[in-house]
Amino acid sequence: MITQALLRALDKKALWLVAILVALAIAVPAANLMIPPGQPGHVPIYVVTLFGKYLTYAMLALALDLVWGYCGILSLGHGAFFALGGYAMGMYLMRQIGDRGVYANPVLPDFMVFLNWKELPWYWMGFDQFWFAALMIVLVPGLLAFVFGFFAFRSRVTGVYLSIITQAMTFALLLAFFRNDMGFGGNNGLTDFKDILGQPVQAATTRGALFAATAVALALSVFVCSMIVNSKLGKVMIAVRDAESRTRFLGYRVEYVKLFAFTVSAVMAGVAGALYVPQVGIINPGEFEPANSIEIVIWTAVGGRGTIVGPIIGAVVVNMGKSYFTGALPEFWLYALGALFVFVTLFLPKGIVGLLGQWRAVSRRHEPARPAAGEAQASDAEERGEDPTTLIGDPQPKPAE
Amino acid sequence: MRPIRSLRLLFALVGLSLTLLAGVARAQDVPGLIEAMGEANLRELGGIVEELAATGDSTVAPALEALADGDLYVDEADGRVVIVTRNRMYDPVTQTEIGPAGDADLSRIRINNSLRRDVAAALGSLTLMSDDPTVRLSAARSMRANPTEENLILLDEALAAETNPSVRGAMETARAVTILALDDTSLEEKRAAVPVVARNAGREAITILNAALGSAPEELATDIRSAIAGLEQERAIWAALQNVWFGVSLGSVLLLAAIGLAITFGVMGVINMAHGEMVMLGAYTTFVVQDVIRRNAPELFDYSLAIALPLAFLITALVGIAIERGIIRWLYGRALETLLATWGLSLILQQTVRSIFGPTNRQVGNPSWMSGSFEFYGLSLTWNRFWIVIFAIAVFTALLVVLNRTALGLQMRAVTQNRRMASAMGIRTPFVDAMTFGLGSGIAGLAGVALSQIDNVSPNLGQGYIIDSFMVVVFGGVGNLWGTLVGALTLGVANKFLEPYAGAVLGKILILVLIILFIQRRPRGLFALKGRAVES
Repeated sequence: MITQALLRALDKKALWLVAILVALAIAVPAANLMIPPGQPGHVPIYVVTLFGKYLTYAMLALALDLVWGYCGILSLGHGAFFALGGYAMGMYLMRQIGDRGVYANPVLPDFMVFLNWKELPWYWMGFDQFWFAALMIVLVPGLLAFVFGFFAFRSRVTGVYLSIITQAMTFALLLAFFRNDMGFGGNNGLTDFKDILGQPVQAATTRGALFAATAVALALSVFVCSMIVNSKLGKVMIAVRDAESRTRFLGYRVEYVKLFAFTVSAVMAGVAGALYVPQVGIINPGEFEPANSIEIVIWTAVGGRGTIVGPIIGAVVVNMGKSYFTGALPEFWLYALGALFVFVTLFLPKGIVGLLGQWRAVSRRHEPARPAAGEAQASDAEERGEDPTTLIGDPQPKPAE
Repeated sequence: MRPIRSLRLLFALVGLSLTLLAGVARAQDVPGLIEAMGEANLRELGGIVEELAATGDSTVAPALEALADGDLYVDEADGRVVIVTRNRMYDPVTQTEIGPAGDADLSRIRINNSLRRDVAAALGSLTLMSDDPTVRLSAARSMRANPTEENLILLDEALAAETNPSVRGAMETARAVTILALDDTSLEEKRAAVPVVARNAGREAITILNAALGSAPEELATDIRSAIAGLEQERAIWAALQNVWFGVSLGSVLLLAAIGLAITFGVMGVINMAHGEMVMLGAYTTFVVQDVIRRNAPELFDYSLAIALPLAFLITALVGIAIERGIIRWLYGRALETLLATWGLSLILQQTVRSIFGPTNRQVGNPSWMSGSFEFYGLSLTWNRFWIVIFAIAVFTALLVVLNRTALGLQMRAVTQNRRMASAMGIRTPFVDAMTFGLGSGIAGLAGVALSQIDNVSPNLGQGYIIDSFMVVVFGGVGNLWGTLVGALTLGVANKFLEPYAGAVLGKILILVLIILFIQRRPRGLFALKGRAVES
C-alpha cells in the first residue's frame, strides 16, 4: 500500500518537478563553485542566494496551496508559521555566535546584554544544539497550527471568518515579537549570524549548500504534497473544499481532514522560514506583517492554486518581478502588485498553470480526432472541483456566511 | 520659643487691628510709603510694612510680595523703588514695565526672617480682607501651603466676616488644613477638621491627611485612616469612570471605522480590504479642504469639517460604487477572491495617495471648537474625543434610520435576508449592491474625517484600522448594526481596562487572543443571523 502511494505520488508532473529541483540543487552551486568567475556558465554568489530565497518562498507558497488550493482554507497566517520557523533557526544561529558578539558574552546574545539581562531565558535553552533547533523548527509552527486549527475547525469557523482570525493571530504575534521583553530581539530581531553547523554563513560553499538544501527541501515538499493530494485523503480534502457540508453529511470528519492539511502545511512553512533566515541573514518581526501573509496568497494565485507546480512558478515569478521593480522603479511596485491581485482574481482564477491548461485545451479542440482527451479534461476539471458553469453563468453575491 | 510666638501673635494682632482701623481713617499715600522703603533701615521697614498693611489696599500686595522674595530694589541713581523680575524693572504700584534692569545701578532692599514673616502676615490679612472675592479665594487657597498659627487667627477673623459661600468653603478648608498641621490645636478641633479636609481639599486631600497621620494620636489616626480609605475608594471610582470614557472614545472610533465594513460584509458577504483606504481617502479629503480654506478663506477654518464631511462622503461613496461596478460584481460568490482583489486595490489606492501627497504625515488642524479639554466632575475630557463620540452616535443613528425607515434600507435588508427571493420580488439586487457598497464606503469616508482629527494623516492611516475593524465586525456578528455597536464598545472598553495592567501592546495582544477564543464559542459573532441564512 505504501509503495502504491509512493508510485501514485510520483505521477509524471511531480516526478519531473522533483527531478528538476534535484538537478538544480546540484547544478547551481556547482556552477558557482566549479566554474571560475568570468567564464560562461558561472553563477555569481548573490544569484545563488537570491534564488535560494525564491525557493524558500516557493516552498511557502506550496504550503499555502495545500490548504487553500486543495482544502479551501484561506489562511492568512502562513507568514506567521514561516516567521516562527525562521525565529527558531535564528535562535540557533544567535547561539552559534558565542563570544564573537559586540559584548563578547559567551552565552547571552548581544541584545540581551544590551537589555541588562543576566541569564538566558528558559525558552532559549537547547538552541545551541542543531538537532534541538531543527526539532523546534518543525514543532513550534506545527503545534501552533495544530492547537489553533483544532479549536477553529472543531467549532466550524470557516471561510472569511477563518481568514480573519488567522490574520488576528498573525497580528497578535507581530505585536508580541515587537516587544523587547519577549526576549526575541524586539524591533531589530535576530541578525549578525556567524556560523551554521560550524561553517561560516557568508562563505560561498555554505551558501551553495544552503541553496542545495532548499532545493531538496522543496523537492521533498513537492513529493509530500503530491502524495497527499493523490491519496484518498487528498480526494476528501478536495471534497471539503468544494462542498464542506455535503462531505460532512457523507460521514467524513471534515475538521480532522482540515486539521491535518493545516498542520502539515504549517510545518512546511516553518521549514521554509528556517531555510530563509540563514540565506538572508536576518529575521525580524516585520516577517509577521499581515501584508506578507496576503502576499503569499497572491504568489499561489498567480501560479495557479490547486496545482503542485503553480505556486512554485508563482512565487518565483512574482518575487523576480518584485526584485526587479523595487530596484528599477520603486514607486511602481505597489501598483504592479495591486494590479496583479486584481487582474489575477478577475481574469486568471486558475493562474498561469490554468492558463496554459486552457491553451492546451483550445489547441486540442482544433484536432477533431481526439474525443477521449477532451473528456478526460472535463473530468479532470471536475476533479479539481471547478464547476465549469461558475465562470460562464452570471455570478451572484452571497450574504455573509 | 513660646514668648517669641506670643509676641509675634501680638504683632499680627496689632497689624490686624490696624487694618481694621485703617480704611478711611488712616488712608496713606501708598506710593509715598513704598518710596520711603528705599532709605529705611530694618526697623523702619517693619513700620512701613505695618502701615502698608493698614491701608487695606490690595494694590500694595505686589510690592510686599516682591519685598518678601527679595525682588524689590532701589535705583541708586534717583532713589526710586522698583520690582525686578527676569532682568526687567517694573513699577511697584502700577506694575507697568519701566525698562531693562541691565544698566541701572540697583541695590536690593534687605530684610530678615522676622520681617519676612510680618510681610507674609500682612499680605494674608490684606488679601483675605480684599473686596474682590477672587482675591480672597486665592488667598485662602494659598494659605493651605504654609500652615502657621497667624494664618489660623487671620482665617478665623476672615471667616467671621465672610458671606460668599465658595470663599467661605475655601477658608474653612484652609483652616482645617492648618489645624491638622499645627501641633498645639486640640484633638476635638483636629477630629472635626478631618472630614472638612477629606471633603473639600480635592486632589491634595490624601497627601494632607497622610502628613497629619504621622504625628496623630490613636483616636485621630483611626479617623484619618477611614477618611483616606473613603477618598481612595472615591478616587478609584473616578479612575474607573475615566477608563470607561477612554474605552467609549476608542470604541466610537472603532465603530466609525467598522460600521461601513459591517454593512458591506453583512449585505454582500464581501470582505472589503480596501475599506481602510476609504477611511484614508476621507482623511485626505479633509486635508485638501483645509488646505484650500487656509489659502483662500482662513476665516472659514472652523467650518472646514462641516464642508469636508459631505465631500468626503460623496468622494468615497463614488469610489466605492466604481469599485463595486468595476471589480467586485464579477467576483460575487467568491468571497475569498474579493478579499484578494480589494487588497490589491488597497495597495493601488495607497500608492496613488503616496504619489500625489507624498509619503509623510499631512497636517490636519483641529478647528477651535475641537481643541483643548474640559473638566466634567472628576473627569477630564478632550473636546475632539468628545465630538467624535457624539459624531459616532450620530452616524450610527442616521444609519439605523436609513436601514429601517427608507426604501433603500428595506431593500438592503431584504437582500441580506434572502437575495433570490428579494430578486424575485422585483428588487434590483445589482443596484442595491452598488448602493450598499457606496453607502459603506461613504461612511468610511466620514470616519476618515473624524480620524483626521486624532490620528496622523498618512497613506498608511487605513492600514492601522483595518484589522481592528475586522475584529469588531467578526466579534459583533453581521446582519445587525447593534452587533457592531456592542462589538466596538466592548473591544474599546476592554482594551482600555487591560491597558493599565498589561500595557498597551500586551493588552492588544490579549484582546486579539480573546477574540480568537470567542470565535470558537460563537463562530458567527455576538449577533448572528439565525435560520437558513446561516448556512448557504
